[in-house]
Amino acid sequence: MSGAASAAPHRELGLTDSEYEGICAQLGREPNALELAVFSLMWSEHCAYKHSKKLLRLLPAEGPHLLMGPGENAGVVDGGDGLAVAFKVESHNHPSAVEPFQGAATGVGGILRDIFAVGARPIAVLDSLRFGELDSARSRYLFEGAVKGIGHYGNSVGVPTVGGEVQFEQPYEQNCLVNAMCVGIARHEALVRSAAAGVGNQLVLLGARTGRDGIGGASVLASAELSDEAASKRPSVQIGDPFEESRLVECCLELLERGLLRALQDLGAAGLSSSSSEMASKGGVGLDIDVSRVPLREADMEPFEIMISESQERMLCVVDPASLDAVLELCARWEVRATPIGVVTDSGRLRVLEGDEVVGDMPVSALVDDVPLYDLEPAEPGLPVYGDPPARIASDASGGETLLALLGSANVASKRTVFEQYDSIVGSRTARRPGTADAAVLMLGPDGGSRALAVSIDGNGRRVACDPYTGTVEAVLECARNLACVGAEPLGLTNCLNFGNPEKPHIAWQLVRAVEGLRDACLTLGVPVVGGNVSLYNEGADGPIYPTPIVGMVGRLPEPGSAPRVGFAAAGHAVALVGPFAPALEGSELEKLRGGLAGGLPPVDLVKQAAALATLRDVVRSGDLPSAHDISEGGLACALAECCIEGGIGARVELHAVDDAALFGEGPGGVIVAGSPAAVAAVPGAVVIGEVGGDSLEIAGALSLPVERLREVYEGAIPAALA
Amino acid sequence: MRFGVVRFPGSCDEVDALRACRRFGDAELLWHGDRDLGAIDAVVVPGGFSYGDYLRAGAIARFSPMMEAVIEFAGDGGPVFGICNGFQVLCEAGLLPGALLPNDSLRFVCRQVEVVVEATDTPFTRTCERGDLLSIPVKHTTGRYFAPPGTLPEDQVVLRYAPGQNPNGAMDDVAGVCNAARNVMGLMPHPEHAVDPLTGSADGGRLFESLAMVPA
Repeated sequence: MSGAASAAPHRELGLTDSEYEGICAQLGREPNALELAVFSLMWSEHCAYKHSKKLLRLLPAEGPHLLMGPGENAGVVDGGDGLAVAFKVESHNHPSAVEPFQGAATGVGGILRDIFAVGARPIAVLDSLRFGELDSARSRYLFEGAVKGIGHYGNSVGVPTVGGEVQFEQPYEQNCLVNAMCVGIARHEALVRSAAAGVGNQLVLLGARTGRDGIGGASVLASAELSDEAASKRPSVQIGDPFEESRLVECCLELLERGLLRALQDLGAAGLSSSSSEMASKGGVGLDIDVSRVPLREADMEPFEIMISESQERMLCVVDPASLDAVLELCARWEVRATPIGVVTDSGRLRVLEGDEVVGDMPVSALVDDVPLYDLEPAEPGLPVYGDPPARIASDASGGETLLALLGSANVASKRTVFEQYDSIVGSRTARRPGTADAAVLMLGPDGGSRALAVSIDGNGRRVACDPYTGTVEAVLECARNLACVGAEPLGLTNCLNFGNPEKPHIAWQLVRAVEGLRDACLTLGVPVVGGNVSLYNEGADGPIYPTPIVGMVGRLPEPGSAPRVGFAAAGHAVALVGPFAPALEGSELEKLRGGLAGGLPPVDLVKQAAALATLRDVVRSGDLPSAHDISEGGLACALAECCIEGGIGARVELHAVDDAALFGEGPGGVIVAGSPAAVAAVPGAVVIGEVGGDSLEIAGALSLPVERLREVYEGAIPAALA
Repeated sequence: MRFGVVRFPGSCDEVDALRACRRFGDAELLWHGDRDLGAIDAVVVPGGFSYGDYLRAGAIARFSPMMEAVIEFAGDGGPVFGICNGFQVLCEAGLLPGALLPNDSLRFVCRQVEVVVEATDTPFTRTCERGDLLSIPVKHTTGRYFAPPGTLPEDQVVLRYAPGQNPNGAMDDVAGVCNAARNVMGLMPHPEHAVDPLTGSADGGRLFESLAMVPA
């Protein structure tokens, strides 16, 4: 950076000249330094969704089970029996690429706060992670640090991490992805919104002291490409304190239960600035905040620093003056700091005071509602955006060699090393733990419900890179299929759109096509998009990440006890394939191992796929199928191997064709089911392909391998890569 | 039988422990800042990260007002059952011999394991037979039991990890111990997460069932 022009303060803060002029016009004057700092964050991509807001309006946000849609801290659907289910996924990519442990830990902390901000008790966390290949020391460092950080935070707060997925691809080498999803439960009547209301009501700041940590953290890091200077931004990464959060959760839920709060909002990116202005905007009111009352970690902080600090474990609430003493008393019992820092006004302005002195005065509408939105300029790229991955397997490898290579590839191999570092059982709801079924199953009995929830999170960036529209459709279908495999009907969907720089036409094209795919899949399945998050500018000097839409779904099922597992259950059970399934090598894990990256995916018949999912769900709900497993990375042969390994028993299978596409090809719709011959015969459209039994997986004419050998490779690959 | 389950700030499994106790008797939560146990017949010190466990697992909790009452209760012969973080707290409080060290993997581990019942003459295992295998999950970072030579008599080992299943490098596969008077027990596995086959196993219920048979 040099030259007089680039030294203009607004440019240093990431605002364009025309945006700066817009701010001056809104204020009727030039902003002072504090106001400029606040505007620069509120108008950042991370806070304002400048490049994605128009596009996101395409997504369907209506559904029969919807209670609270996009716009609140989290989406909420009806879980039955008077229970509401809140859920949301959010990214913490750039902080994690700079400092993986704290970046991932605070990602979990932030998504938990979004959930209890609507009055729901967090009952489950899931995570979706992307790193470079494990033969890179940097990727191993980021991977191990992020997993440790997620575990550290979630385990300490006492919320189980019940599911997730991890993939390793070269384009994530510099820019890893850490997406965290949280699910919470509330009685319908306990839900709370974030709109500030009631002129004269008190604004109370709860939780941690405010420090310089994270000044410009999430919002600055997430609104520009990563550079070599990323390490110098390490002080911008927030530090998490799960002990503070655990008290904050209990305290906020008890405050809500006693009806002491009028509104509640978490402090996330841009800290006090964004939480206060969003509360004011939703309530159509103004707020006066006295920064001299904010408890500080460091004594000499400037007012602007207090307004934009991203210190963790803080919440903002609106309290009726008559309830204030009761609020302070309850907070003292939980040893949660509670400080009245301002009042609700009818001015429509966010006024920042330092004692009696006004140090900032901005219209709320300018901060939240009148942010400039940009049209994308999408253009389909003429040349491939990504290079081919390196070949890791000979093209003439035998069927058995190919299966072992796939089971030992990091994307397919067991993620036990990851999920055993997470407490998946606290809360006594987890009826299906990680690795045992296609979706985690959570019983609602402890919450007064009679049913159960199923949750899953899915995405496959490499397939989206091959074809952004179809790849995204497939991600939605895979998530819904995972739910169907345990008998659950989807209630709603949340998503995190992780993409490169949207100002580049080919990235804009990926983003537009992916959102169109998301829209079409959700419309066909009848699943509303209840909220989500967009993470752009995920690229470095080596180029953009694979376009990575991550999809999280929550579904409902009547009977957790009969939810099928991945593993084969008993010798003599029939094994059958349920479709429609048209496996192809384009975009498959095998194609990657062979060093290829297709320029397209076969089209998907969404209507047929949706109908098949409904059928599968009904069949599973009959309770007669002990095993069901969807076919994903590595194709049919890998799915069969996983059923054998999890069940500790072999199978003999005969297929019409045993070419590479039939054995290892991928595509939506394929599910393996197993059970008694009578139960399997009752599954509509199921084609029996074999029988459970013996110590080996035998696919006639293709391969025969002992289950113990499969297990060694499958379970051993990631520990070996990390050793 | 009335169980009291201590709730520290940072406890995670206290509600699960409370529900497990209620399968076999009455139960209530005990607030860490109180000094009065009330009409309690047995105390459960649950799992979690009391006070954040930032100094050393269990090191702060052991000084809480409620623990003063628990130490007195134990001294009078009352049964005290420490699970995971509760085990760490009881060791810190000097109610049990030995200490819990970081797992040899230096990682958190959450896994279903089998433990062998080594002693049945305790209020916690009286419904078991010696040699019984119980399937109970562990989840901890600091669970490697250690006692200096000569400080843990063999008859105070109540539970051992089954052969090959030691998840943390604990000395002699020790999973749970009791004091010399046999009225205080600590264990790293979480029996409160093994009281319902739907969540994986009901074997842990036998320990609560045993406790519930203590004459009130």
